[in-house]
Amino acid sequence: MSKLTMSKAINEGLRACLETDPKTLIMGEDVGKLGGVFRVTDGLQKDFGEDRVIDTPLAESGIVGTAIGLALRGYRPIVEIQFDGFVYPAFDQIVTQLAKMHARALGHVKMPVTIRIPYAGGIGAVEHHSESHEAYFAHTAGLRVVTPSNPDDAYWMLRQSVESDDPVIFLEPKARYWDKAEISSAPELDLHAAKVVRPGTDLTLLAYGPMVKVCLEAAQAAEQDGHRVEVVDLRSLSPVDFATLEASVKRTGRAVVVHEAPVFMGMGAELAARLTERCFYHLEAPVLRVGGYHAPYPPSRVEEQYLPDLDRVLDAVDRALAF
Amino acid sequence: MTVKSTARARKKASPGVPDSLATGKDAPAELVQLLTPEGERVEHPDYPLTVTPEELRSLYRDLVLVRRFDAEATALQRQGELGLWASLLGQEAAQVGSGRAMREKDYAFPTYREHGVAWCRGVDPLNLLGMFRGVNHGGWDPNEKNFHLYTIVIGSQTLHATGYAMGITKDGADDAVIAYFGDGASSQGDVNEAFTFASVYNAPVVFFCQNNQWAISEPTTTQTRIPLYRRASGFGFPGVRVDGNDVLACLAVTRWALDRARSGSGPVLIEAFTYRMGAHTTSDDPTRYRANEETEAWKAKDPISRLKAHLEREQLADEEFFAAVEAESETLGLRVREGVRSMPDPDATLIFDHVYAEPHALVAEERAEYVAYAESFEGGE
Repeated sequence: MSKLTMSKAINEGLRACLETDPKTLIMGEDVGKLGGVFRVTDGLQKDFGEDRVIDTPLAESGIVGTAIGLALRGYRPIVEIQFDGFVYPAFDQIVTQLAKMHARALGHVKMPVTIRIPYAGGIGAVEHHSESHEAYFAHTAGLRVVTPSNPDDAYWMLRQSVESDDPVIFLEPKARYWDKAEISSAPELDLHAAKVVRPGTDLTLLAYGPMVKVCLEAAQAAEQDGHRVEVVDLRSLSPVDFATLEASVKRTGRAVVVHEAPVFMGMGAELAARLTERCFYHLEAPVLRVGGYHAPYPPSRVEEQYLPDLDRVLDAVDRALAF
Repeated sequence: MTVKSTARARKKASPGVPDSLATGKDAPAELVQLLTPEGERVEHPDYPLTVTPEELRSLYRDLVLVRRFDAEATALQRQGELGLWASLLGQEAAQVGSGRAMREKDYAFPTYREHGVAWCRGVDPLNLLGMFRGVNHGGWDPNEKNFHLYTIVIGSQTLHATGYAMGITKDGADDAVIAYFGDGASSQGDVNEAFTFASVYNAPVVFFCQNNQWAISEPTTTQTRIPLYRRASGFGFPGVRVDGNDVLACLAVTRWALDRARSGSGPVLIEAFTYRMGAHTTSDDPTRYRANEETEAWKAKDPISRLKAHLEREQLADEEFFAAVEAESETLGLRVREGVRSMPDPDATLIFDHVYAEPHALVAEERAEYVAYAESFEGGE
C-alpha cells in the first residue's frame, strides 16, 4: 500500500473487514452518506449498502445497546462514537452490559463488538471533543482497550480488533488522523503487544496514541543533550504488555509516563505502581508522570498549556535523570 | 367486565392531570379482555381467539406450576437458601399468555422477573435460581431456548432485543422478539431509544410492558401522565392495553403482535395491565407505601382463579385434572427445593473464568496469583 493518512488507513481497514466477513456491520451517527465527521467511513455505505453501513438515530446508548443485540444474533458490529465526549450516554451499556455479557453467560455468548472513538485533543475543538477517557475503559474488566499512534498500527490494529471475539474500545487519536505513513502488508505484532519505537539506554518514555509522536520528538531533542532516551508505544491499554515495558525499564533504570489524560488515577498511576513493583532494584529514580491536570479539558485557546508537549516531557526527563 | 382503577390512593401524585389519563381509570374502554374475572369468556372484535379445551387446561397447568415455583423460591429465600427473590405473584397470566404466544425460534429478552416466560420457553427453573442463590450471574446458554439472561439494570434489555430483531431483518428470517420490561422502565432512556430504533428500522420486536402498578414504592403516576400503551403512538407504532390477568387476552394480543412483527409491519407496544401482588423483592416491604385494600381488590381479579372458574363453568376440566395439576406442582416444588439445596458453590477460580473470550494477560496473571495464594494455605484452598 502507498502512504496513507491514519484516517484513510482506518477507512481501508474497515473496508477490508466488510469485504472479508459478511457479518461485520458499521453503525454510527453520520457514518453513511457523509462518511463520518472525520470521513473515516467515507464511501463505505456507497459500496456496501445501507444494510451494512448504518446511519443510526442520535442515541449513543441505543447504538451500543442494539449492537449488543446484533452481536447476540451473530453479527460483528463496528460502532463509531462520533466524539470522545459523546460516549457517556453509552457508558452504561458498555460497562454494565457489553463488558459483562460473556462472563454472565459463563462463556455461552460472545460480544465481538468494536467501538471506535476519536479521542484526545490538540485540534482546537469545542467542549466535549478533546477528552481522553481511556482509564475508565481500561478499568473495566471485560473490555479490551487499544490505541494506535500511527497509520500502520491503525490499519492492522483495527483489523485485529474486529477479529477479536471480545469487545474492543478502539481509541483513535484525532490529532494524528492526518499523519501519513506506509501500511505494511501484514501485521508485525499481536494486538496487545507494546513496541519499542526508539531504542535508548538512559531512560524510557512510555506513551500511547497521540503522545507517542511527542515523545519521539522529545527523545530526539534529548539526544542533543547527550541522553539516549528509549520510547515505548504501549498500543494496548488493556491488557498492557508489561513484559516489554519491564524489559525496557530494567535496561534504562528510569521511566516517565506521558499521556493527555489527567495524571490523577490515570494509566500512568497503574504503570508507575506495577513498574515499581517489578523493577524496584533496577530503578534509579521514581517513575514520573506527565499528563493533563485535574481540571475539565480547557477551552482550546489554552489547550496547548494543558497538553503535555516537548518541553514538559523534557522537563520530566531532566528531573528523572537528575534524581 | 369492568376492571376498576386501583389508583385512588395515588390521585394526588399528579395534580392537574385528568384521573382517567393518569391512572388508566378509563381502562374498561381500552382494555382488551377475553376472560372476565368471573371466568366468563367474552369476545373482542380485533383479537379473536380459538382455543381448544386441551389448550385451556394446558394454560391452567402452566399458571399453577409457575405460581408454585415462585412460591417455592420465596420460601427458599426465607430459609436462607437464596439471597433474594423477585416474585411474579399476580403476573402469571401476563407471562404465560405472552410466553405461550411465541414460536420456538422467537426470542425473549426478560427482566429479572420473567419466571413464567422462562417456564414457557422450557428453561429449567433451577437455572433461574443460580443468580438469586449467588452461584452465578445467570449462566444459562441464552441460545438454547432463545431466552436471554435476566437483566437487572432497568430497561437495558429492550435495546438488546431491538438489535437482535434488527439482525432478524438482516437475515431475512421471519422470527420475532419480545422485549419484557415494566412500568418503571418506561421512564428509562434506553426504553425510549429502543422504541425509536425499533420504529425507524421497522424491527420485528414486541415491547411487552407489564404494568404491575408499582416500581418498588413508586406508583405508575410517578412514571407517566398518560396510559403507557399510548406512548407507542408518539413513536409511530400501535399500542394496546390488555388485561394482564387474563391469560387468553395476553395470548391473543401477543400472538397478533408477533405475527404482525414477523410479517414486516414493525413493532407493537403491549401494556399488560396487572398487579404485583407481592413485594418488589424479598427485601422490600410494601406495607410502607401501599394500602392493603388495593391488594385485596386485585385479588378478586386473580389470573388463576378466573381460568379455573371458566374451566369449571364450561365443564372443561374435572376434579381429577385439578388434582393431577396439584400433584404435579408438589413434585415441582420438591424438585426445586432439592435442586437449590444441592446446588454447589462454584470454585473461586470462577472469578477469572470467562472475563474474556480470548486470553487476557492480566486476568491470567491474577488467576495464577490467586491460585498460588490459595495453595499456600495448608491443604490448599
